[in-house]
Amino acid sequence: MEKQQFYYDNKIVRNFLYASIVFGVVGMLVGLILAFLFLFPNLTSGISFLSFGRLRPLHTNAVIFAFVGNAMFAGIYYSMQRLLKARMFSDLLSKIHFWGWQLIIVAAAITLPLGYSTSKEYAELEWPIDIAIALIWVVFGINMIGTIIKRRERHIYVAIWFYIATFVTVAVLHIFNSLELPVSLSGMKSYSIYAGVQDALVQWWYGHNAVAFFLTTPFLGMMYYFVPKVANRPVYSYRLSIIHFWSLIFIYIWAGPHHLLYTALPDWAQNLGVVFSVMLIAPSWGGMINGLLTLRGVWDKVRTDAVLKFFVVAITGYGMATFEGPMLSLKNVNAIAHFTDWIIAHVHVGALAWNGFLSFGMIYWLIPRMTKTKLFSEKLANFHFWIGTLGIILYSLPLYVAGFTQASMWKQFKPDGGALQYGNFLETVTEIMPMYWMRAVGGTLYLTGVIVLVYNVIRTVRQGSPVENELVEAPALAVISPNRLKGEKLHSWLERKPVQFMLLTTVAILIGGLIQILPTILVKSNIPTISSVKPYTPLELQGRDLYIREGCVGCHSQMVRPFRSEVERYGDYSKAGEFVYDHPFLWGSKRTGPDLAREGVKGKPFNGGRDDVWHFNHMYDPQGLNEKSIMPRYQWLIKNELDNSTIQDKMRTMVTLGVPYSEADINNALKHMDEQATKIETNLLANPEIKKSFGKETAAPLKNREIVALIAYLQRLGTDTQVKK
Amino acid sequence: MLKFIKHNLETITGVEIYPIISLTIFFTAFVLFTVWAFTYSKEKIKEISEMPLNDE
Repeated sequence: MEKQQFYYDNKIVRNFLYASIVFGVVGMLVGLILAFLFLFPNLTSGISFLSFGRLRPLHTNAVIFAFVGNAMFAGIYYSMQRLLKARMFSDLLSKIHFWGWQLIIVAAAITLPLGYSTSKEYAELEWPIDIAIALIWVVFGINMIGTIIKRRERHIYVAIWFYIATFVTVAVLHIFNSLELPVSLSGMKSYSIYAGVQDALVQWWYGHNAVAFFLTTPFLGMMYYFVPKVANRPVYSYRLSIIHFWSLIFIYIWAGPHHLLYTALPDWAQNLGVVFSVMLIAPSWGGMINGLLTLRGVWDKVRTDAVLKFFVVAITGYGMATFEGPMLSLKNVNAIAHFTDWIIAHVHVGALAWNGFLSFGMIYWLIPRMTKTKLFSEKLANFHFWIGTLGIILYSLPLYVAGFTQASMWKQFKPDGGALQYGNFLETVTEIMPMYWMRAVGGTLYLTGVIVLVYNVIRTVRQGSPVENELVEAPALAVISPNRLKGEKLHSWLERKPVQFMLLTTVAILIGGLIQILPTILVKSNIPTISSVKPYTPLELQGRDLYIREGCVGCHSQMVRPFRSEVERYGDYSKAGEFVYDHPFLWGSKRTGPDLAREGVKGKPFNGGRDDVWHFNHMYDPQGLNEKSIMPRYQWLIKNELDNSTIQDKMRTMVTLGVPYSEADINNALKHMDEQATKIETNLLANPEIKKSFGKETAAPLKNREIVALIAYLQRLGTDTQVKK
Repeated sequence: MLKFIKHNLETITGVEIYPIISLTIFFTAFVLFTVWAFTYSKEKIKEISEMPLNDE
């Protein structure tokens, strides 16, 4: 067959690599600021856009979608062209994909600090950006499928199966979790179309599978390409990789509910999630072992080659995180780990070791190849490896200790068994401050390593000469029948039919999603309603939106689990029926501070039940009330005037979503808000200190400030189901 | 085990079939792709697994 000449597009790979490095530094730097905010809560005091609650989603989004996302695109664009012996389908689509993705990142970096957030984890971006993500993702998909179709290689290597699964599943996840109704087409604000339990289930179906199909499957594909490539030997078992692929994508999609154990989610969904999470260890470890054993016979190389060192720790990290995952899904382990820093340690083993180190290894291997030179300094790369590994250990180990300490203290009763030993939540925070210190040191070491990488890459690029288009030749693919050939096995046929293959993948991932999610959405009896639960008043709704804007959910849960220790501390455990008007749900997944589900209920021994003045002072200066508190100040809530221009639109949007506000409720919204706010203002001004500062002001009266709406919301929490005495 | 799951599923009518369906689907799928993997010929497997090494 005659050979055809063509060029691999290296420029697009290089662009994605550079973007990954730049945003990696940014994302990790934001993470480091957050780590230091635990130690110095008022480090960024007074600057709303640098507050903890707003920076936290910026950190997670930057690391996941900007750092890991760009690294994954670089890896896909490099390996796919070579495995298919074809240039990417369209240079234009490649460009649109690259620049579109960077624009989305920039939009995120602007809107998240400004407080535009849906509050749903890893899906915080508001609706216009969600639409942009969907469009760019489709561009990526077309470019990928197009390349597969015009390939010069009959067989589609397993790495590309993982890329196809990534494309299909992330599209499905993103679209269904981002279904939200904008309050108006001219504003950024939207409400999730799901409420309460249903929203939680869809969100964690998404959240868990974002980890699976954004952070795992593309990187497994890259592992199956780059590890054999760098070690210069074929993968340990190709058969195992086939089983790995199908069982992984099939099982992963079911496991989401393990994020919601002991919550108000129906038990059957929780148990289904547990069963599949435990099964997940088999394909995960199958893949991990397949990756490590690929290095059989070349372990001596690992001693000297920095790239292989990074790969080995990455795969080991994957193994540790995927052992821990199923373990954390067991209800008795989850009862301890959930809401604590253990989870933060768990995700960082995945992010820092698996995603980070696999990306760094790839960067050190690719950059010299794309600039026709050698790596500037192998020594510096080795230094990066060691300081990074030390960083991971110093980051995660203290947080494991912190997690156990928190859980043990939260659950400890006094020896006579009557009351909680550590009734004051703050004691459990103060206890783990040394661990937060060590974590910050670990993070600093890790980031130092990345900065060394930046220097090494710059020097390498400077000494080399870029190869933007790489000339290659390969014979064209002979046209054969689209039908099965005589004697051709079903899988061989399927593996040369990318579209059919993609459909099969889609079916595999849809089954689990459908069986789990549809019953909760369709079957009404799954969410028993509670007659005393009423929609929020307009002022409370505004307060709730402020709670969302400030990212309070990053540190405070609103979900009392049915444990004696939690009922004792916070009040009665949470029921599914309490959340039917919560668009979106705000259960949270971390308790840096106490749970707030019953914050408004008076007469509890410990947390909650504070008066309006306490909340006012607490937002103004938390350390003034509790010297050791690590809650940051939210002083701008006291300065800012509440924007009520869209409240009626918000209520109408809620009506569309099924919240029973009457036409009269909506028409009288502003009047009702004023009445409720005036009551709170009266309570506040009864305090001589507050009266002295705000009593006679001629500017905006206190009742029109944001703080009043937030207080109204906090005082409402948990009161619907309170037993009236 | 099934009794335990069934108890929690009582809120949906006809739910007995749920765990059985899930298990059947998964088991069938697993058997299918295991068969898929093991019906490859040795030569083909070798050829495919060397793809990343022969792509320059």
